[in-house]
Amino acid sequence: MKSCVIVFPGSNCDRDVAVALEASSGNAPQMVWHGNTELPRCDLIVLPGGFSHGDYLRSGAMAARAPIMRAVVARANAGTPVLGLCNGFQIMTEAGLLPGALMRNAGLKFICRDVFLKVENNGTLFTRRYQNGQIIRIPISHHDGNYFADPTTLDRLESNNRVAFRYCTSDGVVNAAANPNGSLNNIAGILNEAGNVLGMMPHPERLIAPELGGSDGRAMFDALAEQLQCA
Amino acid sequence: MRVNVTPEIVAAHGLKPDEYAHILRVLNREPNITELGIFSAMWNEHCSYKSSRVWLRTMPTTGPQVVCGPGENAGVVDIGDGQVAIFKMESHNHPSFIEPYQGAATGVGGIMRDVFTMGARPVANLNALRFGAPEYARTRHLVSGVVAGIGGYGNCIGVPTVGGEVNFDPGYNGNILVNAMCVGIADADKVFYSAASGIGYPVVYVGSKTGRDGIHGASMASAEFDENSEEKRPTVQVGDPFTEKLLLEACLELMAGDAVIAIQDMGAAGLTCSAVEMASKGGLGLTLDLDKVPCREAGMTAYEMMLSESQERMLMVLHPDRTEAARAIFDRWELDFAIVGETTDTGRFIIRHQGELVADLPVDVLADQAPMYQRPWTPTPPAPYLAATDVPDTDDIGATLARLMGGPHLASRRWIWEQYDHMVMGDTVQRPGGDAAVIRVHNSRKGIAATTDVTPRYCAASPKEGGKQAIAEAFRNLCAVGAKPLAATDCLNFGNPERPEIMGQFVGCIEGISEACIALDMPIVSGNVSLYNETSGVAIPPTPAIGAIGLLDNIEHMATIAFKRDDDVILLVGETNGHLGQSLYAHEIAGRRDGAPPPVDLAVERRNGDFVREQIRAENIASAHDISDGGLLVAVAEMALAGNLGCALDLPKGACLRHAFLFGEDQARYVLGVNAAKVDALMAAAHKNNVPVTKLGKIGGREIVLDGKSVHSVTGLRGTHENWFPDYMEG
Repeated sequence: MKSCVIVFPGSNCDRDVAVALEASSGNAPQMVWHGNTELPRCDLIVLPGGFSHGDYLRSGAMAARAPIMRAVVARANAGTPVLGLCNGFQIMTEAGLLPGALMRNAGLKFICRDVFLKVENNGTLFTRRYQNGQIIRIPISHHDGNYFADPTTLDRLESNNRVAFRYCTSDGVVNAAANPNGSLNNIAGILNEAGNVLGMMPHPERLIAPELGGSDGRAMFDALAEQLQCA
Repeated sequence: MRVNVTPEIVAAHGLKPDEYAHILRVLNREPNITELGIFSAMWNEHCSYKSSRVWLRTMPTTGPQVVCGPGENAGVVDIGDGQVAIFKMESHNHPSFIEPYQGAATGVGGIMRDVFTMGARPVANLNALRFGAPEYARTRHLVSGVVAGIGGYGNCIGVPTVGGEVNFDPGYNGNILVNAMCVGIADADKVFYSAASGIGYPVVYVGSKTGRDGIHGASMASAEFDENSEEKRPTVQVGDPFTEKLLLEACLELMAGDAVIAIQDMGAAGLTCSAVEMASKGGLGLTLDLDKVPCREAGMTAYEMMLSESQERMLMVLHPDRTEAARAIFDRWELDFAIVGETTDTGRFIIRHQGELVADLPVDVLADQAPMYQRPWTPTPPAPYLAATDVPDTDDIGATLARLMGGPHLASRRWIWEQYDHMVMGDTVQRPGGDAAVIRVHNSRKGIAATTDVTPRYCAASPKEGGKQAIAEAFRNLCAVGAKPLAATDCLNFGNPERPEIMGQFVGCIEGISEACIALDMPIVSGNVSLYNETSGVAIPPTPAIGAIGLLDNIEHMATIAFKRDDDVILLVGETNGHLGQSLYAHEIAGRRDGAPPPVDLAVERRNGDFVREQIRAENIASAHDISDGGLLVAVAEMALAGNLGCALDLPKGACLRHAFLFGEDQARYVLGVNAAKVDALMAAAHKNNVPVTKLGKIGGREIVLDGKSVHSVTGLRGTHENWFPDYMEG
């Protein structure tokens, strides 16, 4: 698998996701500077977490207008898998790759902790190694993760099975108590219509080995590496 | 602008008449206002350590593990395999009291710059925070602002905040303490220092532009507060963690090559202090052309530029033929890069602005002839021993335990550390909530353990025992996770040193710290002194906060506090005499604030700590926790909560009084959870090493049971323990 990680000024999980990609695929991804206009040929594009441009203006707003993003959007539209994690998800919504917006957490505070996610759609490149309904433990670490979309958009996401992950309790109940940030319908991650773009607030790259406190995130990178191996 | 230097202006710059007389003598003329500002910046307490220097010199700072001790931006310690850990703790107390968010944020930014200035990538942030009484009107606002500020800066730059400690005490009502620590890792052959060398080499300014913020911040940190301190808000700097992230990456990229000769971050007293330090350490002179300094606003005077404490700036001396390559790196990161001067062989600090010579001062006088005081001091009178028989017993152990663990001193700090990204960089192998945080050394199996510790109520009762205990507790916390303690950094927070009783506290704490550092082989490699923590004549409790790091050769041999499985045996390492003086029990439950703190036997600390670490390595220990605030029962309860498992304890026969046994704070003790099959091996090793180990009971069930009677359910205690902080902050 050849992958590219886009590095924006202020990205700070670029190295973390590169480690995860290399651990699963055996290949180090190419780190691509935001100011470039051309993307190397690759099987997967990752928009990493962090505070691109310091989250100034609005999380992801400035990064979405970086020179490289024109190429990222074009590739995404042409079917290349694109994964956006945390700030990467925020950039995706700002760039129009995914609908909706990530607002300030309902509790107004930054939150870093493990949460439980219910896998809602395992029929994607990203989620194939999970079972539908499986409960996984993945950390969140964000200030602006409160997913919002208008009722029509939300309805379309739900009816087209485009919610990939939902916040839930440790035994899989999707309720307000399990919702860390106020996201509508407990949404933690969504897909584009074609299913090749996934944006999610949680950080699967942070739990890829038992010594880090868990390895539920590993399956996402393993799945990508396996399916994109010969592409 | 010509300003006549009057005695009032001299006094407003915090210079004493005799200090000013010394300036007149060495210059053989009157300084102009810019020069006066420079002297004031270099000679204030914060930068010159004029009250503390004679005592700091007495501290142990060397050892085979020490690559660089105090005097540089941070201390450097060997961690093997051609790598070093670089770390330091620093105070940002005064600004944080005035403007908690920005004060704390820039404290974090400043300490990280100290670490990456030396070539290290920061890998962990910690902090030590002291607030006033919870019921004091401003406390909630300060806690909220400080925690948000620490998180806001560290989260954005992407360095995990993994540990710390928090105390509440009315003694901090008027002066909170915000001490921030940063640990970085570098290759041993890529450490950068501040001594300039070479003549005619470019002096380069990089980072943010210079504005009017923070002018005289260091002087503010060298004065007491009064009721008008709110008015000092404009002297608090504003942080921009995004720019610092760019500066970090650009500096490390530049340092990968061979362009940098010397580098110094612009912290307290900004351009003045960094330029003088580099020139002085290199035995050189230095000229600055202020017309070249990137400024945020027009019309800044030389005085303002030299004293600005705008954040996220660095000063470097570069190889002349690498300057353009260096410029390209900073251009790419969209940071200012300006050649603002050059090194000279004159030994003079010469500053020009708009065609005029605005300062011409001898570097050595500024740097080395700062006043140094032998402040008079009176030792703190010894506190009498408080016998356990004089401290009332409790008739309800469960309620007492819940009161302690559900109160401000011991309640879970989750509310705080969940606002910190403690996992970014993907190497956090022990998260907050244990004895010490552990960070994996990237791409290796090694781990760095880090902790911050001090017990101010012990220091207040006996500065020397308290100083010893601060180091001893740091040592214990590192041993309890399986790390070999390496070295320490100190952040010495005290009141007004011009008062002999405050100076006596300072001296006592230094003596205790020094003794413990030698006995436990943890030299002080960096640190900072914060004096004048007083408001309207009332000083803070003496608070010599210690930050310490240790090394794990292999993170697989790491212990955590959580009980692991049913039927593991609970063992107590160390001797219990039931010392209740200055214990939390005495303070909070019995209302006794008198008495001597627990004595620290450093030889016993060393023996017991080495034993626990070796047994962790030998894989005989499933869980380990040091015993500190609250005593034995609190330690056991914390292990039960962390593992979500109950336990049954039996008081050993012939033990001291029950409440003294359960809540006494005798030192050098640990609680262990040990697989039943490994108990014999561990006991044999303990016997061989003369380490007292007592069987206390075993793990299991959902309750904490004492002598057959349930004291508290784990679930109930968890609620009490977890809810205090969020409930308090909700107000």
